[in-house]
Amino acid sequence: MDEELFRQTYSIHGRDFDKAGETAAHIKQILRELGLDAGLVHRAVIIAFEAEMNVVMYADEGTVTFTLTEDALKLEIADQGPGIEDIELALTEGYSTATDQMREMGFGFGMGLPNIRKNSDDFNLVSEVGKGTTVSAMIQLNSSA
Amino acid sequence: MKLTEIKDLLRCDVLTGGDDLSMEIETVVASDGMSEILAFAYPGALMLTGLTNVQSVRTADIAQVRAIIYIRGKRPDAKAVNLARENNIPVLVTTLGMFDVCGILRDAGLKGGM
Ligand SMILES: Nc1ncnc2c1ncn2[C@@H]1O[C@H](COP(=O)(O)OP(=O)(O)O)[C@@H](O)[C@H]1O
Ligand SMILES: [Mg+2]
Repeated sequence: MDEELFRQTYSIHGRDFDKAGETAAHIKQILRELGLDAGLVHRAVIIAFEAEMNVVMYADEGTVTFTLTEDALKLEIADQGPGIEDIELALTEGYSTATDQMREMGFGFGMGLPNIRKNSDDFNLVSEVGKGTTVSAMIQLNSSA
Repeated sequence: MKLTEIKDLLRCDVLTGGDDLSMEIETVVASDGMSEILAFAYPGALMLTGLTNVQSVRTADIAQVRAIIYIRGKRPDAKAVNLARENNIPVLVTTLGMFDVCGILRDAGLKGGM
């Protein structure tokens, strides 16, 4: 049985760079308190942070939902934003449409989505131009990578 | 080696966390790119960066960085220092540049990220 033990949803506001990362930091806190393996927490918060940053950088509004079951930790980051036209290209390391201003802030190196995928046991990206983007990432709790 | 020894080697000013610099540092991650820090930092690493905004501290916290040293004499703003203090991340500043800092720390036996 894949029963939900914990679920929480946070909202994220696009362009709010000062608050960007607060959700990921909060998730880190919760996962630590739940006593999860440090390596799993590390992977989960990197996923949450990179996805949260993408919502802040590219979209208007979004949500992060994180769910914990006996077997897995799931993160779903959904936004209302411009969407992604070429998903394959967006997933390519180094590809970025970030502005100079974002680069000056230390983001926009085209490593976010690749980082998310690398840290996930299962990864899915669905996007519709003009509507928005949903990133789903799953980490198996019994995996050790 | 201990953070306090690193502080002396690089002649750092300490902006927060100065009451306890006894933590052991084994690995270092150096970049002005936050995704790169996230991708290459071992938990517990020392982070070297020239990026002084609040996001640099947020990234350090997410990447489970143990301490931050800002290079080229760049000083983070109060917001960034406060966030570091809240998260118990010592913040140091050196006037040395990235190349020299990395060389000195490597000679001292510290290792890079993943
Ligand atoms: N939520 C999103 N909405 C719209 N476009 C996105 C979103 N996430 C990523 N992208 C697009 O994919 C590209 C690559 O993303 P990423 O790998 O995170 O690198 P970076 O954010 O550094 O550019 C972005 O530059 C952007 O064009
Ligand atoms: Mg990104």
